Amino acid sequence: MELFTYQEIPTQYFITISAAIFVIGFSGILINRKSIINFLMSLELILLAANINFVTFSAMLQDLVGQVFVMFILTVAAAEVAIGIAILVIYFRQKGNINVEEINIMKG
Amino acid sequence: MNLIAFYIFSFLLISSSLFVITARNPVHSVLFLIFAFFNSAGLFLLQGAEFLALILVIIYVGAVAILFLFVVMMLNIEIKSIKKELLKILPFTLIISSIIFAEIYFATTISLNSLSENIKASYPATEGEADIYSLGKILYTEFFFHFQIAGLILLVAMMGAVILTLRQRENVKKQKISEQVLRSRKDSVKLVKVLTGKGV
Repeated sequence: MELFTYQEIPTQYFITISAAIFVIGFSGILINRKSIINFLMSLELILLAANINFVTFSAMLQDLVGQVFVMFILTVAAAEVAIGIAILVIYFRQKGNINVEEINIMKG
Repeated sequence: MNLIAFYIFSFLLISSSLFVITARNPVHSVLFLIFAFFNSAGLFLLQGAEFLALILVIIYVGAVAILFLFVVMMLNIEIKSIKKELLKILPFTLIISSIIFAEIYFATTISLNSLSENIKASYPATEGEADIYSLGKILYTEFFFHFQIAGLILLVAMMGAVILTLRQRENVKKQKISEQVLRSRKDSVKLVKVLTGKGV
């Protein structure tokens, strides 16, 4: 396996990109507080930033553990999206809309 | 050459993720999310993680984004106009975000210089081996339990999604195998002696 980033493109660049994606996802959560579907998409962006960070350090240290953990993060992200969207679908079936303001009726 | 590719990929990645959070139509957000995932797969390719790049496209674009698209179209969400609250929260958001970005940037800039020399790789990549080959070699041996737990997480998520969204409706004609098997001859067949000329 050739992990050639370390010589050609500085690690700092990738980490800056990852930090930028994280910040964009974070501000997406703050901006779109009303729409829960945009919230889930911003969460995906944050997980993507974490993945870029893992792969970057895996390439920099020539260590494979980072890449293994990216696969586990992908698993958890897929599971989280499936559950979140299932909750969204049953909420929509009950109420006919997906307004987050009234979502505290789910409280038991 | 690689640096040019890096600049193109990262510019497209950041601009498309900005569109994800600012697009008013959720369908456009999902499409920009797909584009962002493609570009980050390009970044993974630049770093030599070609298996992860492909799996990112397969899982995210093939499964997660399509799930988003499906739900967005099924739920029929109305497109909202520009909200007044957005202007109220925007300066706050910008301040918090720029503080977080500056913190991450300076922390990594300072610590990367001291980091790179004195860390030894615990599972080093072998020279001249394909990415998928060396990943598989440690995923199925050293990380076998983690791998199984990942499978368990997927199983639980699948069961949860099915249980949450399954609903029992009335008046649905459905085959109930247990009832069919439990029937006996006594409750379904009645023998009648029919007399001649009288009928049943």
